Amino acid sequence: MSTAAAPLPAGRATDASMRGGIGQPAWANMLFVLPYIVVAIGLVVVPMVLGIWLSFQDYDMLGGWNGGVAFDNYVNLFGDRIFLGTIANTLLFVLMTTPAFVVIGLFLAITLNGHLRRHAVLRSVFFASSVLSVTVVTLIWRLVYLPDHGLLADITGLVGIHGIDPVTSPTWALPAIAVVTVWWIIGLPMTLFLAALQQIPPEIYEAAALDRASRWRTLVSITLPSICRTVVVVAVLEIILQFQLFGQALLITGGGPDNRSRPMVQYIYESGFRDLQLGYAAAASQVLFALMLVAALVQFSLGRQRGEA
Amino acid sequence: MQDDSRPATGDRLILGAVVLLAVLWIAPIAWVVGLSFKPNEVLMRSTGGLIFPPFTLKNYTDILNSSAVFGWMLNSAIVAAGQMALTLVLASLAGYGFARTNFPGKAPLFVLTLGVLAVPEQAIIVPLHTMFSWLDLHNTYAALIAPRLAFPFGVLLMTQYFRAISPEIEEAALLDNASRLKIFFRIVLPLSIPAQATLGIYTFLHAWNDYFWPLVSATRPEMYTLTVGLASMQTNFAQTEGLGFLMAQAVFAGLPVLVLYLFFQRHIVAAVAGAPTR
Repeated sequence: MSTAAAPLPAGRATDASMRGGIGQPAWANMLFVLPYIVVAIGLVVVPMVLGIWLSFQDYDMLGGWNGGVAFDNYVNLFGDRIFLGTIANTLLFVLMTTPAFVVIGLFLAITLNGHLRRHAVLRSVFFASSVLSVTVVTLIWRLVYLPDHGLLADITGLVGIHGIDPVTSPTWALPAIAVVTVWWIIGLPMTLFLAALQQIPPEIYEAAALDRASRWRTLVSITLPSICRTVVVVAVLEIILQFQLFGQALLITGGGPDNRSRPMVQYIYESGFRDLQLGYAAAASQVLFALMLVAALVQFSLGRQRGEA
Repeated sequence: MQDDSRPATGDRLILGAVVLLAVLWIAPIAWVVGLSFKPNEVLMRSTGGLIFPPFTLKNYTDILNSSAVFGWMLNSAIVAAGQMALTLVLASLAGYGFARTNFPGKAPLFVLTLGVLAVPEQAIIVPLHTMFSWLDLHNTYAALIAPRLAFPFGVLLMTQYFRAISPEIEEAALLDNASRLKIFFRIVLPLSIPAQATLGIYTFLHAWNDYFWPLVSATRPEMYTLTVGLASMQTNFAQTEGLGFLMAQAVFAGLPVLVLYLFFQRHIVAAVAGAPTR
């Protein structure tokens, strides 16, 4: 499964939690939340701060700390063609997968939003692959992509196309990873869209049926406008998730050929845990985090404008 | 009249498209499962002929004979169970605190919790690794379990759940001068068992499938989790002599979670949708 966090209604939750308490305010009540807060500060806030500090240091896993280097790590990063390539690969991957997740997820949710047994069975089919670990998923797909014996080669061989080998193709390596990723976790957008569809009051559909509105018209005038907020949420969530591409690339292509499918997280992993340059890897992490925030904010504000227009 | 017949055709077309897509979705798994029962000699020649004999269980007995796999499975089970238990404790307490009690600083602490949701694992994995190195904790269960406990999803899920429970019983108990802790354990916690199940299964599954952190923290093979251990065995992929063995590995590692999914589907889907089960 991915590192997905289902989006919770953040704004509303904050307001409601302020009103929701019962009884008098008391310091003792803080003890309920204290254990979690301690864990969150110790294992997220402190590492965040430490990571920012590390990114300005010459810190080697074996050689230890060799003092501050100001912006050297960042300067070196942006002078490294491989790192710049990983940014391009990551952005390309996000552009390939996010629309696919939204479109296929929406299609599945709309067609499988029913109470019949076949709806339930098909929903289970599309969700099932997302419970598998990245190791199992990549193992399955490496076998599927095998040039001579793989399922893909067997199928294309039937129509006379031989020598299919996406994993070692500079052009097709990244799309091949994108296909695996969409196959793996299409269940997440589908589920989020289904949850949104079930919030639409059935009376609206009954009224549309009385007006003999066509299926297409119902979809365009009722269904899509009702869930446009969810479309934005899913798009933002997928952008954030797909920026984190790592295991699929590491285990299917190893980033190759010629770095054409190496994502940013793999670069962080390799510079930090293979080359042991922790300061440098920490700087790359900050760049990743900043890019993710920017991409999510851009998508969010675009979606909002469209929603209001 | 004509209008009524049109949707039926459309329905059938769309259903056909979805079924076709479903077949595409199942095909890789079905293919791997089928071939995992084939002898390697046959697979080296051809991977067609899925449903024809000969069949063999040798690929599976090979897995069972490589003792490392069971150690990794045990590690995964310990890590997943530990993470599940501790997440349930932390999330239930914090969820109750945020949903039902008042205390100074509640608003900023809740904002902090939401903020943690925005920090991806990848952004902090280097400093996190450094911290655990300083504490000399790598290659221990503590190191494998701890980092994910900070993930606030459970806290938010439980907050949402507790807030939806009617406050009247608690208010009556408060008037009787019962302590908050007593109210929590006697009244609220028993009511939250469905949400605990949802969060528990979801957390277990996440921990079981986790890859990045165990990969950097567990460097000694005997501390590998199943995901890391299996990945470490995939390195010599070019040699196809082990094709059947690799397929059996995929099935062996994937089947338990798929069975878990079949049993707890409702909980898993609810957790993914961000809604606690009632």
